[in-house]
Amino acid sequence: MQTEVKFAGFGGQGILLSAKLLAYAAMKQGYQVAWIPSYGPEMRGGTAYCTVVISDKLIGSPIIKSPSHLVAMNRPSLEKFDDTVKPGGIVFINASLIPVRSQRKDVVELAIPVNDIAIEAGSVRAANIVALAAFAAKSKLVDLDLLKKCIKEEFAAKPKIIPLNMDAFDRGVAAAQA
Amino acid sequence: MAKVLMKGNEAIGEAAIRAGCLNYFAYPITPQSEVAEYLSKRLPEVGGTFLQGESEVAVGYMIFGASGAGERVMTTSSSPGISLMSEALSYIAAAHCPAVFVNIVRGGPGLGGILPSQGDYFQATKGGGHGDYHLLVLAPDGVQEAVEMTMQAFTLAEKYRNPVMVMGDGMIGQMMEPVEFPDDLKTEPTNKDAWATNGMSTRKSKTPNLVKSLFLDSAELNRNNLDLKAKYEQMKKEDVQYELYNADGDYQILIASYGTMSRVCRTAIDMLKAEGIEAAMFRPKTLFPFPEKQVYDAAVKDSCKCVISIEMSMGQMVEDVQRCVMGKKPVEFYGECGGEIPSPEKIIEIVKELIG
Amino acid sequence: MGKTFSKPEALTDNHTHYCPGCTHGIVHRLVAEAIDELGIRENTVGIAPVGCAVLAYNYIDCDFQEAAHGRAPAMATGIKRVRPDLMVFTYQGDGDLASIGMGEIIHAANRGEKITVIFINNAIYGMTGGQMAPTTMPGQRATTAPAGRDAAQTGMPIRMANLMSEIVTPGYVTRQAVLKPQMVNKCKKAIKKAFEYQVANTCFSFVEVISTCPTNWGMTPIDSLKWAEETLLPYYELGDYKTPEEA
Ligand SMILES: Cc1ncc(C[n+]2csc(CCOP(=O)(O)OP(=O)(O)O)c2C)c(N)n1
Ligand code: SF4
Ligand SMILES: [Mg+2]
Repeated sequence: MQTEVKFAGFGGQGILLSAKLLAYAAMKQGYQVAWIPSYGPEMRGGTAYCTVVISDKLIGSPIIKSPSHLVAMNRPSLEKFDDTVKPGGIVFINASLIPVRSQRKDVVELAIPVNDIAIEAGSVRAANIVALAAFAAKSKLVDLDLLKKCIKEEFAAKPKIIPLNMDAFDRGVAAAQA
Repeated sequence: MAKVLMKGNEAIGEAAIRAGCLNYFAYPITPQSEVAEYLSKRLPEVGGTFLQGESEVAVGYMIFGASGAGERVMTTSSSPGISLMSEALSYIAAAHCPAVFVNIVRGGPGLGGILPSQGDYFQATKGGGHGDYHLLVLAPDGVQEAVEMTMQAFTLAEKYRNPVMVMGDGMIGQMMEPVEFPDDLKTEPTNKDAWATNGMSTRKSKTPNLVKSLFLDSAELNRNNLDLKAKYEQMKKEDVQYELYNADGDYQILIASYGTMSRVCRTAIDMLKAEGIEAAMFRPKTLFPFPEKQVYDAAVKDSCKCVISIEMSMGQMVEDVQRCVMGKKPVEFYGECGGEIPSPEKIIEIVKELIG
Repeated sequence: MGKTFSKPEALTDNHTHYCPGCTHGIVHRLVAEAIDELGIRENTVGIAPVGCAVLAYNYIDCDFQEAAHGRAPAMATGIKRVRPDLMVFTYQGDGDLASIGMGEIIHAANRGEKITVIFINNAIYGMTGGQMAPTTMPGQRATTAPAGRDAAQTGMPIRMANLMSEIVTPGYVTRQAVLKPQMVNKCKKAIKKAFEYQVANTCFSFVEVISTCPTNWGMTPIDSLKWAEETLLPYYELGDYKTPEEA
């Protein structure tokens, strides 16, 4: 089984980091993983995106045109990639910044105001962690406790912001399960 | 050792250190500047030498100098930068010096673009600089292999006293995959007293060593070229690396591809299999020496109707495949360029067309 | 409408790709204004560098050629020698001109090529993501100098205008900045003068412009203007370094 998750948003929204954390947790859980960023001139000021591939066997093509799931952190990302998601996949929408919904009938939509939740947790900068937690809770791709541990590890050098991110994580999970 | 999740470019930098190379010179260029950025931090931590040169021309000769002095040394660059280093590569090869050059290939020609490409195959395998020389060229298909090949590159460079190139592409440089750094790929540096300018005081023999490429006497220059040739022949005998995939059964078509492209082909082959179509893959891991006999053997198998080389270029490796298959089977080509990469669906379509 | 706000004819309508607060755009405008005022647009060829300004041809509305990294002065020489009637200028960053292209710039100046060089000194490699430039200040952080530039290892920043003024062949060499409106006005005059020397077939002309790169300096546009003024200007003194008259 192979699953691909596309993370997309503005540069600076922590897209690459969310994706890396998911890949890292999946790796720790024994899967094969690949983290494939978009790079190039389109990154300057524009939309940043990144695909995580999780598989139980060797990963083939790193070029993923239609991912299993999409995590859209801003409106252009949703509009750009909504069509590409495989039927039955999750389309995650950052409802704080995206006033519209998926145009698809054959996907599972999850709209959560992650910026607002992050602000409640203490800082809008944790919005990517809220989104990651909510998406992980919904998709069940990786063990949530393990993912949380990976986040802690990632921020080990900045212990001050760990509690904020842990809180953001729990709020994200709760929002997905509500 | 536990696996770590690393970007290809950073993993290549770390691999050099793990292979015992503590000397690195480079000039920034996308999509490989992360190697320099990583090593600018890591090398001082381990007491190594990091220097950003003023140009790739200069860097080429910093590498030549360091290598001639007997030290393990590496540079990394991308296509336009490798063009500028090609002069030094010719001199380094001529002077029989070991050094490791990594090319994280981007789209060309000219300034081209910064997305992944395989357009530098000819440059890497057929020269690039002037004169009769070759590089030993390793082509990884992912981050793990990039690590292993970077580590091996130092051993091979010293075995042959010849520059070795690790040729990846922007995808391999930019993506993250889990990696391990196999300790057993680290080798002891060879003794270089016989030729390196490592200081007479450190050597038993008190005759000066000379690192050079000028041979005005025709017989001497002929001799140097024969010596080079002998090394390339030895590489062909001892250091060809390749992989065959799905090649045990009766396949109808043989797909030749390498590097990132081979991963896409692998996916296409799996998808074809699910439809009941058998296709095999031949993947050279050394682009020079090219696995000549191996591709021939795989192509002439009775069940195999034709061979197709699929590349992120307009057709470069296909010339080697044609040369080696020697007309025994038709050899076709498909390629896309500039960051466009043939998709598994496209490959399936072409394969179906070819085998009818 | 006041003249200051009208768009020079030599500037296209395209939105630039530069980051907010980047001063490349200001210098483009000054070049375009000088070209307009001298009425040379239809006779001018620009050479784009390899750097953030590689797309200068999308904004400055005249003929352009795109050089390899650092080679612009050699290309300009080629054009000027075969078509002395054309006005030829290069527009180069500090990596392009003062690192990889050091050989080309020195020799073009020394031959006294009748070309105009606009040199954008932002003390960093902008396009490739903030690596150290030869002009980076001691202690200034760069992605290939994570602890800050260590002058003991990499030397002191190169002062191009000072260096160029040592060339014996007559030329016009000046250093300007675009950090404040007064500086912009002065810089405008210098760029125009540089082109005038070319129009009169007098000499080689070189305008260094102290600029900002908020993105790779990791600062807001306002902070970067301030930082440039406080840190760069004392080391890179503004003014004319050489004029053909004094030779
Ligand atoms: C031969 C070669 N080497 C390296 C590069 C990569 N490269 C592109 S722009 C650049 C430096 C840009 O810095 P600068 O000249 O200071 O211009 P800025 O972007 O700061 O305006 C480099 C190293 C290249 N394109 N060609
Ligand atoms: S990276 Fe720097 S030089 Fe380039 S456009 Fe942005 S601010 Fe300007
Ligand atoms: Mg610069």
